[in-house]
Order: sequence, then C-alpha cells, then structure tokens
Amino acid sequence: MTHRTIKPAPNIVQGTPLDAKALKRGKIFLNSYAPALRYTWDTGEAMGRYLAELKNGRLIARSCRKCERVMIPPRMFCERCFRPTDDWVYVKATGTVNTFSLCYVSWDVRRLKQPEIPAVIEIDGASPGMGILHLVRKVAPKDVRIGMRVAAVWKPPAQRTGSITDIAYWMPINRRSQRTVSAK
Amino acid sequence: MNERVAIIGVGVMAARPSSEHLSFKEMMFEAAQKAYADAGIDAHEVESFVTCAEDLTEGISIFDEYTPDQLGAVQKPMHTLTQDGLYGIADAVMQLRSGLVGLVVVEAHSKHSNLENPNSILNYALDPVYNRPLDFNPHVIAGLEMNGFLHATGITQAQCAQVVAKNRTHALKNIAAAYPMNLRAEDVQSSPYLCYPLRDAEMAKSADGCVVVVLAGASRAQPSKSRPVWIRGVGFTNDSPTLESRDWIDAQYIRAAAAMAYGQAGIKDPVAEIDLFEVDDAYAYKELQHLVALGIYPQAVAAGRAVENGESGAAGKMPVNVSGGSLGIGHTLEASGLYRLAEIVCQLRGEAGPRQLPRAKVGLAQSWRGVPTTSGAVVILGR
Repeated sequence: MTHRTIKPAPNIVQGTPLDAKALKRGKIFLNSYAPALRYTWDTGEAMGRYLAELKNGRLIARSCRKCERVMIPPRMFCERCFRPTDDWVYVKATGTVNTFSLCYVSWDVRRLKQPEIPAVIEIDGASPGMGILHLVRKVAPKDVRIGMRVAAVWKPPAQRTGSITDIAYWMPINRRSQRTVSAK
Repeated sequence: MNERVAIIGVGVMAARPSSEHLSFKEMMFEAAQKAYADAGIDAHEVESFVTCAEDLTEGISIFDEYTPDQLGAVQKPMHTLTQDGLYGIADAVMQLRSGLVGLVVVEAHSKHSNLENPNSILNYALDPVYNRPLDFNPHVIAGLEMNGFLHATGITQAQCAQVVAKNRTHALKNIAAAYPMNLRAEDVQSSPYLCYPLRDAEMAKSADGCVVVVLAGASRAQPSKSRPVWIRGVGFTNDSPTLESRDWIDAQYIRAAAAMAYGQAGIKDPVAEIDLFEVDDAYAYKELQHLVALGIYPQAVAAGRAVENGESGAAGKMPVNVSGGSLGIGHTLEASGLYRLAEIVCQLRGEAGPRQLPRAKVGLAQSWRGVPTTSGAVVILGR
C-alpha cells in the first residue's frame, strides 16, 4: 500500500480585503443575535443577612469555632474545616489595604486620567486575610499604600438597597479618629 | 487498575418549585453533608470532584470557580462538565478505574427558579443561523419529535397522557418530589396543547434541587459499612443533532449509550435482567421513546400498551420511574440524571420506604440533556 503525497498549501493565502462600505452594501453575509439573558440569584442565609446589614450600615461576619476564623463576607460553611459556621459577628467598617491596583482603563475600555483604585481591604475584627474587594477614593494615586488604614464611606440610608454598593467607597482614615464616615 | 466502582453515598435535597432560603452554595453544602454522612466519610478524604452545570443557566461564567468551598474541594482536583449529572458519574468511574484516585464526588443542582427568562436561554441552544431567526418557542422541537414518534410507532396521545398520570401518582410516595398529584390520563388530556401533539401537562415542570454522589473503588467500598451499590455499566453518546436531518423517531443516542452500558454489564436481555428503570421523562412521550431505545420492547407500540395496562407502574412487572420521574419530582436541569440514579441506589439498598419494590437487584438510570440535544447517558447499577 502506498501513501499518497499531499501537496502542501502555499504559504501565502490570498485574502479578500474588507471595509465598512462592503459590509454596508451587503456584500458579506453576517448573522447577528442579541441575547435576552436576565438572572436573579437567591441570596439565601449568609449573603441575605450580609446584604441586609449593609443596608443598615453595618458589616457582619460569621465565625467558625473550630478554626476560630471570623469570615467576611459571611458564609454558612467553613471551607477549611468543612463544617457549618457557628456565630454571627459584627465587625468594624474599617480596615487595612491588603493589596490594590491603579486601573487606568474603565470596564468599557475608556482611558482614565484619574485611575480607579480597586483594593482588597482586610476588615478590623475579621481574621487576617479576610477582606472586602471594593474601591478606595479621596486619596492621590501616588499616596496609596499596602497597609494603609481605610474606613467605609456609606451612602445615605435612603439610597441603600442591600448591595455591596451601599458602601460608596473607602477612604484613608484620619489617624486621630477611626470613626466610620458618612457620605454627604 | 480496573477496579470495580461503587456508589457508597448519596445526598438528595428535596426538589421544590423554589428555594429562596438557600443560595446555590448553601444548597450544595447541605447535599454534600448528607452524602458524606451517608457514605460515612470525611470530606477531607475525597480525592477528586466533578460538578455538572451549564454557565448560561447559572448566570456565571467559568462556573467551576464557584464550586470548591461548599463541597470541601479546596486545593483538590475539581472540574465542571457542561452535561447532565450521569456524565459526571461516567467521569468519576473513569477516574476511579484509572487507579489515580480512590474516592470521587459528583454534584449537580438546579436553581431553575432563579431564571427570569428560561425560554431565551433555551433559544440560545438553537442554531443561530438556521433556526433562531424563525423565532419559535424552543419546546416546539419536542412537539415535532412527538408527532414523528407517534406517527411512526402507533403509540397514542392517550398513552402519553397515561405516562404523566403514572409518574405524578408515583410521586405521591416520594417526599423529595415537587409535583405529586393523583392524576388520571383524562385529566392530562384536557390540558391545552403546548405545541401539538404535546400538551402543557406533558412537559415536566421545573424544580430546584441538588444531588451529591460519593463513588469509591472496590478497596474503599467496604460492604459492611457503606452498603455499596455497584456500577456495572456506563454509556453516553451524542447523535447528529441537526434539526434539519436528525432522526425524529428513534432516540439513537440512547440506543448507542445503552449498547455500551449493556456490553460492560454483560446484559443480554435487559427485560429479564433489569428489575427497575428510571428514565428521562422531561416530556411524557420521551419516557416511551427512551424505553424503546433501551431495547425493552420488540415493537415500539408495546411501550404504549405497557403504560396503559400498568406493566410499567410501581405494581407492574417492569416498573418505570417509581420515584415519579421528572414529571413527578420536577425537572432539575443537570441534576435530573442524578435524581434518577439516586432512586435506583435507594431501591437497591432497600431504603425506598413506601415505594420500595419487592425485587430490586439491578436497576438502570438514563438521562437526556433536553431540547434541542441528542445526547444522553445510561448507568446500570447492581447490588
């Protein structure tokens, strides 16, 4: 039995140049579709309580008596011990920047002159490494530091909806006062 | 290598029309705790995890990333199949028989109540160029198939209605069922058409739920402790799905999947060798079509007669969907196949309570991925 030899394809592929005019004139067949996808998510016990407390202007965590961690956002199970968590614990709306980034391009790909400052904030009263991913404002980008102390700035009660955005943003704490600030 | 594989634990959440008291993670945690307790194992012993979910119905891309915490799978091998739960069982069997791992967990769930426009998501499964622009309700595919199937086989609409009556009546004895109802075929036949010849009442209603299954190689499955139910055969296939040219009469994907599973199990005569069947009944006619493809009836028309004369009822000689099936329990997305499987495990262990069958030594669970697919799986279990 002999193997047929297959002639290799030429290295250069001759393409057809396209421009907007060709598309407009219907020279090319395209098919488009706009999906209609809408979702809701049951928040259940842990997320539900967390969001309700955000609406109250408070942060709540769950603790595991076995590994003694205080976890935020709260969860009904400890992923390390694989057992139910035990107690609700209020924690402070202050914390320490664990890591941050300066983002110069918005989510819809616009170049930003002033960067957004997403940060993971370790919450006072929760276990080390337990934090909230949120936004830091009211600080010059060059002054943001890992280890910086920050406090939540809450939206006014009437504007809160039971969402992570009920905290408007986080800002550096005045060293003399560690009280939570309210947005005007 | 090539160790026998057993199911040593099952955790089933009762299917319900909605489940707002639990997040999907909390639901999975509860089912996992049940399964691990049932298997008598600690989560830390599990070596590998498989979840079955579809990103588009979860509303979360790369859904694998949202599954480890609540199953005890942190820093363990874990992946998600975009398939029905029985494919997850096949996946676990292959992992165990490779000898790489000794204990595997499979999970699937449904949060169907969270979907605001499920038909749009179903529409998304249609061919975007040839089918979607026609803008029909995707359940039409079931109407088209039912019409072809009834026309070719001589099975009647009344017999399909009888499937609904049987399964929802079976569900009366299953506390995990969301839609138990003492129904007669006449009640079903007075339901309006969804897409002729398919009636509203012949489509399984959706439900939320979750099933977690623990599988082990023979050396881990100690008969005294874990009441093992052995996996004797697994098969899964896809047919050519093109709506323009698919087989509208015979479920070839199940015929081929069953051949694989029967071959592994050494089953020559399924009717004589299998005591009970849990098959996909997402639409009533599908139960009959799937039974025909499983080779249960020499003539397809006999599938219709069997449901009419009670042969496939709980008290019949070949019980089908004693659990209530998807018509009685509710259709639970990717978890549907695992609800079928869980019933077989329950029956084979003799733990089915009021619906326990007197003879339950070998059982068959079968799943179908729903419209518009031609993919399905078959699992054969034995004591």
